[in-house]
Amino acid sequence: MRSFLHRHPGVRLAGLLSAPLLWLVVAYLGALAVLLVSAFWAVNTFTGEVVREFSLQNFRTILTEDVYRNVTLRSVGVAAAVTVICVVLAVPMALYMAKVASPRSRHWLVIAILTPLWASYLVKAYAWRVLLANGGPVDWLLGGPGRGPGYGLFATIIVLSYLWLPYMILPIYAGLERLPDSLLEASADLGARGSRTFRAIVLPILVPSIFAGSIFTFSLSLGDYITVQIVGGKTQLIGNLVYANIGAANNLPFAAALAVIPVLIMVIYLVAVRRSGALEEL
Amino acid sequence: MRHKGKALAAAMAAGVLILAAGCSGNDSGNEAGSGPGGLSVPKIDKMATLGTGEGTVNVIAWAGYVEDGSTDPKVDWVSDFEKETGCKVNSKVAGTSDEMVSLMKTGEYDVVSASGDASLRLIYGGDVAPVNTDLIPNYKDVFEGLKNKQWNSVDGQPYGVPHGRGANLLMYRTDVVKPAPTSWAAVFDANSPYQGKITAYDSPIYIADAALYLMTTQPDLGIKNPYALDDTQFKAATDLLTAQNKMIGEYWSDYTKEVQAFKAGNSVLGTTWQVITNLAQADKAPVEAFLPNEGATGWSDTWMISSKSKHPNCAYMWMNHIISPKSNAAVAEWFGEAPANKLACQQTADKNFCATYHADDEAYYQKVWYWTTPIAQCLDGRTNVTCKDYSAWTQAWTTIKG
Amino acid sequence: MTLSAWSRWGLRVFMALGLLFIYVPLLLILVNSFNGDRTFAWPPHDFTTRWWSAAWHNGGARDALWTSVKAGLGATAIALVLGTMVSFAVQRFKFFGRDTVSLLIILPIALPGIVTGIALDSAWRSVIEPLGLGKGLFSVIVGHATFCVVVVYNNVLARLRRTGTSLEEASADLGAAPGQTFRFVTFPMIRSALLAGGLLAFALSFDEIIVTTFTAGPGITTLPIWIFNNLFRPNQAPVVNVVAAVLIVLSVVPVWFAQRLAGPAAGASRT
Repeated sequence: MRSFLHRHPGVRLAGLLSAPLLWLVVAYLGALAVLLVSAFWAVNTFTGEVVREFSLQNFRTILTEDVYRNVTLRSVGVAAAVTVICVVLAVPMALYMAKVASPRSRHWLVIAILTPLWASYLVKAYAWRVLLANGGPVDWLLGGPGRGPGYGLFATIIVLSYLWLPYMILPIYAGLERLPDSLLEASADLGARGSRTFRAIVLPILVPSIFAGSIFTFSLSLGDYITVQIVGGKTQLIGNLVYANIGAANNLPFAAALAVIPVLIMVIYLVAVRRSGALEEL
Repeated sequence: MRHKGKALAAAMAAGVLILAAGCSGNDSGNEAGSGPGGLSVPKIDKMATLGTGEGTVNVIAWAGYVEDGSTDPKVDWVSDFEKETGCKVNSKVAGTSDEMVSLMKTGEYDVVSASGDASLRLIYGGDVAPVNTDLIPNYKDVFEGLKNKQWNSVDGQPYGVPHGRGANLLMYRTDVVKPAPTSWAAVFDANSPYQGKITAYDSPIYIADAALYLMTTQPDLGIKNPYALDDTQFKAATDLLTAQNKMIGEYWSDYTKEVQAFKAGNSVLGTTWQVITNLAQADKAPVEAFLPNEGATGWSDTWMISSKSKHPNCAYMWMNHIISPKSNAAVAEWFGEAPANKLACQQTADKNFCATYHADDEAYYQKVWYWTTPIAQCLDGRTNVTCKDYSAWTQAWTTIKG
Repeated sequence: MTLSAWSRWGLRVFMALGLLFIYVPLLLILVNSFNGDRTFAWPPHDFTTRWWSAAWHNGGARDALWTSVKAGLGATAIALVLGTMVSFAVQRFKFFGRDTVSLLIILPIALPGIVTGIALDSAWRSVIEPLGLGKGLFSVIVGHATFCVVVVYNNVLARLRRTGTSLEEASADLGAAPGQTFRFVTFPMIRSALLAGGLLAFALSFDEIIVTTFTAGPGITTLPIWIFNNLFRPNQAPVVNVVAAVLIVLSVVPVWFAQRLAGPAAGASRT
């Protein structure tokens, strides 16, 4: 048996891969495929049943009506803004944790970053609703009722950045932690300035980690429909549209057609960042 | 949330109605039925006599309708029922009307608290049985204004027992909005001084509120029922809402959000439910709510029994129990709506409860258009035009919000 | 490192501000759990402990917590098995489509939750339900496991890359059976990576709401769903704050344990 397995790595490989692939391909990709196919169907307005006839009508609606383009652009803009804010906040924090803090306090800092992940996402979003309320703490800090940003697109970006920040800090921290101090010292000994060391040594480590984190922040923001309901004022994002059509109108084909938009955006994004090695840094 | 689900899920009635029409058409020749668009109901017998309980009853309900003390030990109208009848209550909370209908189709459940949009589908789909109200002693105490309505009865035959009702009111901050508004015009005014502080209910069903306003302000549109809008009428309603969007601060869909927004002053004017106003006032927010002179939209739920019920005796006992004065009062107070049983008004913890909710004020509820699913067959009886169905309402709502 | 004293100070201040940003809202949750106002009016005007006692007596919250723990453990267990298998396959073998596998594994977490949710929901209803298995806790576990595999996979893969195969080869050369090698050599090597991946998988599952909304069968209430249902009812909303405050405090326990067991960086996404 043992030698058989040893001589037939293919069998071992098949043993290792079959269950996970069966799960992901059949359960997940299969489900996705069914969903995407249904985007070409329609709901019969008389029977409410899904009509399984090929039609491009759903896509035509999405492409011709301004509202869908506007919402898509808005959603991508929000996801990009959230990602940028998270990077700006996460890089210095991760740098501090990995390279400045003592190993002992590093321990506690990791705990401090992880802990908020356990507080419910909804409760945190609602806490922000209170913070941003008219006359709430943020208004008060800025000098009185109405001075703060209030609810709307800006509030949505802030709150989403808050919610997903740990997902950006952790991969960057992990990447930086693997960067040996000796390498940095060697670079300095060889006469490189701080900026040169950063460009030549830190950045190549940082970039894949940032991309890895951005997969979380970008996709989580792109699909969100709950935070925007809580602090977004009258803003709607693409997640809201999908939700409204599936949860309410029972129009699965149209919801599926709308869902194609974030799927396409994410697949393009993944293929683009794959070159950087980001997929191994999650 | 529950109302949201219900209002939102108002979509699918259309299809089932027509499907039912097709089926029953085969059964009974070409005879036109009495439902909208000439639909007729499948023939199902009602129960003749009440036997002993089967020991179990499976219930589908909205959150807050079946409380056994697990949320709050003081909020419990299930334990007594189980002790008295020996029927153990297994309840499932449904999120949407859609879910209610599909669960009822499984045949595993005995009773359901269906809303106006689901009840018609269940009746015409043959999923619920007519109710023999003689077997439900408490039925006689139900407000007459709730009996024999389009969403719970066909040709005078009840298909369920009414649970409660409520209206979508207009609320305003008394310290900000002066003079006090009297009409929905306040929220549709394109030059409102309260720009950015007006709120509206976040659901396609809100289009009916605009249609209701147009019924009085633009009578030449000929809107007879805010849930039956042809192309011209629909466009007028959505145009009104598109203009309103500029004045809106936020759309609301849950109570906590709305109470908090009015308390903080993010919103000063907009639609509300009575329970929201009460909560805001209890937390000392300077708000008032009223039924504007044009009338308003609202909701009403009905307990119905499955045509495939395996525990019909327990189901009848449950329907009798849930509209008993004591339980009906408890549910109404916990949930925040007007009770269906007139005797419930003496059982409420708050003695003014029924007055606050206008429970016995038929003139008040005369002005309320209960939420109904918009379907392609115009609900107002017109047959020469096609009306916009709920899918169209949903997509229009997306466009309105921009 | 080559950071100047100035930049060290700058980073220290930035870190402090960052932690402030992270913790002020959490603090507000704690404060509001004692706020007498049902909709969290600011500033708080009454101090009360009644929400805490209400939460204590709330059977629904306890049941939901238990459901969430079961769903999280189930999803984590599946993710640990599947994720470890794939990471071994990818690291120890060369095969056609290896790069595609890593892309495939990431897809469930990279695609927005609502897409994953409605895809699984419609597939379940059209394929599995006719076979007699309705949506329930199991469908939640399936949904969660699908997007949890990736975190285990990445943690284990990184560990395998670093450790290489020389120890296992030595073990085999010395006559150990594959089972023995796995138990005494391989498993101890990847244990802390499994712990870190498992913890993150559990955390992801524990706070997931969107996929859960679509995959949960009727009557299945996980804690986030319970929170969703109750946060929107002002009579219950403050109780939700209590539950969240308790969760924050309790969450220190598993994170701290993982750190103890697996060394400093466990509990981070990888070691």
